[in-house]
Amino acid sequence: MRISCTVNGRPRVAEDVWEGESLLNVLREHLDLPGSKNACEQGECGSCSVYLNGQLVCACLVLGGQAQGREVVTVEGLASKEALHPVQEAFLEAGAVQCGFCTPGLIVATHDLLIRVPQPTTVEIREALAGNICRCTGYAKIIDAVHLAAKRLSVPLQGEGRGGGGVEL
Amino acid sequence: MQPKSGRVGESPRRPDGPSKVRGEFAYSSDLRVDEMLWGATVRSPHPYARIVSIDQTAALALPGVHAVLTHEDVPGRKVYGLEIPDQPVLAIDVVRYWGEAVALVAADSPEHARRAAKLVGVEYEVLEPLTDPELALTDAAPRLHPDGNVTRYVKIRHGDQNARADVVVTGEYEVGMQDQAPLGPESGLAIPDGDGGVNLHLATQWLHIDRSQLADCLALPPEKVRLTMAGIGGAFGAREDLSMQAHACMLALRTGRPVKIAYSRPESFVGHVHRHPGKLRYEHGATRDGKLVYVKARVLLDGGAYASSSTAVIANACCFAAGPYECPNATIDGWVVYTNNPPCGAMRGFGSVQNCYAHEAQMDKLAAALGMDPVELRIRNAMRTGSRLVTGQVVEGPAPVAELLDRIRKFPLPLQGRGSGRGAGAAIDLTQMPGGVSNTTHGEGLRRGVGFAVGFKNVGYSEGFDDYSTARVRLSVVGGRPRAEVHTAAAEVGQGLVTVQSQIAATELGVSDVVVLEADTQVGSAGSSSASRQTYITGGAVKSASEAVRERVLTLARSELGRTEAARLEGDAVVSATGEVIVSLAMLLGNEVIEETREFRPRRTHRLDRDTGQADAHLQYAFAAHRAVVDVDVELGLVKVVELATAQDVGRAINPQAVEGQLEGGAAQGLGLAVMEEIQVKDGVIRNPSFTDYLLPTILDMPPLRMDVLELGDPHSPYGLKGVGEPPTISSGPAIVAAIRAATGRPITRVPVRPHDIVPT
Repeated sequence: MRISCTVNGRPRVAEDVWEGESLLNVLREHLDLPGSKNACEQGECGSCSVYLNGQLVCACLVLGGQAQGREVVTVEGLASKEALHPVQEAFLEAGAVQCGFCTPGLIVATHDLLIRVPQPTTVEIREALAGNICRCTGYAKIIDAVHLAAKRLSVPLQGEGRGGGGVEL
Repeated sequence: MQPKSGRVGESPRRPDGPSKVRGEFAYSSDLRVDEMLWGATVRSPHPYARIVSIDQTAALALPGVHAVLTHEDVPGRKVYGLEIPDQPVLAIDVVRYWGEAVALVAADSPEHARRAAKLVGVEYEVLEPLTDPELALTDAAPRLHPDGNVTRYVKIRHGDQNARADVVVTGEYEVGMQDQAPLGPESGLAIPDGDGGVNLHLATQWLHIDRSQLADCLALPPEKVRLTMAGIGGAFGAREDLSMQAHACMLALRTGRPVKIAYSRPESFVGHVHRHPGKLRYEHGATRDGKLVYVKARVLLDGGAYASSSTAVIANACCFAAGPYECPNATIDGWVVYTNNPPCGAMRGFGSVQNCYAHEAQMDKLAAALGMDPVELRIRNAMRTGSRLVTGQVVEGPAPVAELLDRIRKFPLPLQGRGSGRGAGAAIDLTQMPGGVSNTTHGEGLRRGVGFAVGFKNVGYSEGFDDYSTARVRLSVVGGRPRAEVHTAAAEVGQGLVTVQSQIAATELGVSDVVVLEADTQVGSAGSSSASRQTYITGGAVKSASEAVRERVLTLARSELGRTEAARLEGDAVVSATGEVIVSLAMLLGNEVIEETREFRPRRTHRLDRDTGQADAHLQYAFAAHRAVVDVDVELGLVKVVELATAQDVGRAINPQAVEGQLEGGAAQGLGLAVMEEIQVKDGVIRNPSFTDYLLPTILDMPPLRMDVLELGDPHSPYGLKGVGEPPTISSGPAIVAAIRAATGRPITRVPVRPHDIVPT
C-alpha cells in the first residue's frame, strides 16, 4: 500500500508498504529516516520514540498505515541544519551520550517532557523517561542533561514544533 | 565547525556526538545499498538434537529467494571460536543449543527472508539435553564435544594446603545468567567486491579477530576480507564472538549481491554469548583477630554449548576468587563445562563478577562470626602494593583497597524518609518505594539496609596472550592549519575511545585539530575493546605514534631551521623549553606530511602453571568499592536501591566525564544482575528473550550514585592510567546484596535476588 503523510514538516509518500509494517519500519526502510532506532520493536525501550500528530509514541507499536494523512516528527526533525536543538546540545554537554543507540528516543522524549513540564523535578524526569532504556550511562548524565536543557529552554522557543495537534513548542 | 580536541585530563565533547544526537550516526543496522538482499537465519528449536535432513525445496520456491545455504556451503573451515574452534558456522549433523544457526536464506526483502527461513524443512531427532553443569562434570553425562565436557579446569594451590584457622565460615552461592543486552542488535552488510573477496561493514569489538576467523571460514586470504566498522550500539562483551559476520559474507559471495543481516531482539538473545552462570562453594578461615588464614573455593561455570572465551573467564574467576585481600593460603578449583544451555562468554567483569558475589558474602559472614565490623575486617585484610595474589604474583602499582573502603564508609548516608530523601512527613514519593508506582507500599513493611563490597580484576589480556595495538598518526597542513589524523582499528563501542584517541594526539602534538579516522582493517590490529584495555593499549599506541611524529617535527625544526632549542609542540607551533614560539607548524611543514605507525606492547604475561596456578599472569589490576543503601519491602520481597556510592582508582582520568560515565553505567549493570536481570533457561530453552521479559534497569531503578575518583598514577602505564570500564560492574551488585541481607537478615545466596528469596515460603 501507499502511505502519504507529513514527516518533519515535509509531505512524504511511502510506496509498497506491506500492511503489517510498523511506522518504525516505514520511516527506516521506506523514507530513509533511520534515526529512530529498532532496539526491541515491542515498545519496551523507547528508542523509536517519535511524535505522531503531536503525541509521543513508540513508532514500533504504530502501524505504518496509521500515519496516513498525519504528521510525524522524528529525531531528524528537531535540529536545524546549522544548529542543534538545545535538548541535543544539553545531551552532548552533559555527557549523556555513549553508544548513542537510545539517544534519538531520549531526545524526542525529553523534548516532549519539556513542552509539558518546562522545569521538571528529578522525579518528574524519572517518570517521564521510564520508558526509555539506556544500557550505557546508568542515566545520571541523562538526568543532568534534561535539567540543563530545561534551564536553557526557560525562554520558550518559537517556530519549532512536534508537528500537528495544534501544539507549539 | 570542527570541535576543538581537548587535552588529556579534559572532557571535550565526543566527536561522534553531534551525529548521534541528530539521529544521523550510521549504526550497523542502518546500512543499506541499492540491490541489497536480506539474510535470515534458520535456528534450532531444540537445545540438543541430531539433524536428520534439511529440505530447501519449499524455501527456494518462494518468490524473491536467492539462496539457501547450509554447512555444506561453508567454503573453508566449518568451525570457529575465539579460543577453541568448536562452534560450527552452521550446524553440522547436530545442534547443541536452542537457537543455534542451522541454515541461511537470502531474499529480496526482510519479510521474504523470514518467510523462507520458516519454510526450510529441518528434520530433527530430538536428544535429551544436558543442562546441569554438575552433571556435565560426571561420566553419566553425554559427551557434547570430542574432548569431553570440561572446557577448562584451573587449579590454584598457594601456600600451606593444611592451614588451620580459629574461625571458619562456609557458603554456597549461585549467580544467574546475565545478558549484555546492548541496545543495537547484531547487524551488518556484506558487499562482494566482484573479485572473489568481500567487504563487510559491521559492529564488532575486534575487527582483526573477526577477519582472521572469516578468512579461514570463507577460504579467502585475509586481504580479500576487508572489514569496516559501522556504528556500534553498545557491546559489553556481546560482540567478541562472530554472530552474523560469516553468514552475511557467505550469502553475499554466493549471490554476488550485497546482503544485510539484522537481528531482531529475540534473535539477538540467541545470537550472542552471555555471562556465565556460576555455582561457587567457599570456605574462609581466619584468626580470632580477623586475619585471613586461608580461602578454599570451588567454582563451577556453565559455559553452554560452545567454548567462546570460557577458558579465560574461568581463569579470572579463579585468579581473583579470594577477592582483593591478602590471603597467605589458597586452594581454588575451577571448572567451566559444556552443556546444552546457551553459550556463555565475555561480559563486562569477565569472571570477576561471579566470584565477587561469593567472596564478599563470605567476608560479611566472617565479620559476623568474629563480631567485627564488615568494613573493618576488609580493611584489615586489604591487598596493597606489594601484596601477593593467590597466583603468587606481586601486585605492582597502586592497590588502594583500604583507602577505597574508607572513602565509601565516610560518605554521608541518605536520609531515611518517605522517598526522595525528603524526610519524614513529606508526601510519599512512590517512585522511591519498592514496587514503585505499582503502589504496593506507602512505607509499611519497609526495612533499610546498608552493604559494602570491594572487587578487582585484571586490565588487558592475561596468561601470555600477545597484547598490542597499532596506531597510525599523520600530521599535515589542511587549509593553512595543522591537522593530526589518527587511524586505528579500535572499536568505539560507546565508551568514548574516539574522544580519548583525539585527546592523546592533541596533547602529544600540541594541535587542536585532530580527526580520528574510521576504524577498519587497513591498519594493524588494535585488539579488542574489552578487558578494560583500550585506553591503555590503543591509547598507548596513539601516544607512541604521536611521539614519533613529534620527534620528526622537532628534528625538522632543528635541522632545517637550525633551531636547536626546539623542545616541544604547543599551540599549533614548535616552541622552546620555555614556551617561546619558534615556528608555526603550518610554516614548518608546508606541504610535507609526517606519518608514523607504531605498535604498543605492554610487558608480557605468563600462563598459569597447570598444577599450582602460580604465574605472573596479569598486566594491571583495577579496584573499585561500592556501598549500597536499600529499602526492602519484607512482606512482598521487593527491593528499592536507594543509593549507591563508589570509590575507584582510575590511575589518571584521561577524560573525567567519560570516566564518570563508566562508573555510572557499570554500576547500573551491576544493579541489574543483583536484583533484576536473568536469562531464564528451562530445559535448555530461553524463556524470556525480549525486553518485556528480560528486565533491564530503567531510569526509575537506578538510584543516585555518589563517587570518589582517585588518580593515584600507575608508574607502568601511559599517563599512569588504569582501565576503568569493568570494576564498576563487579562490586556494585554484591554491595546491593549485602544491603538486602542487612535489611532482611535473610542469607540471600543467589542473584538476581527474587521476592521468594526475601520472603520465606
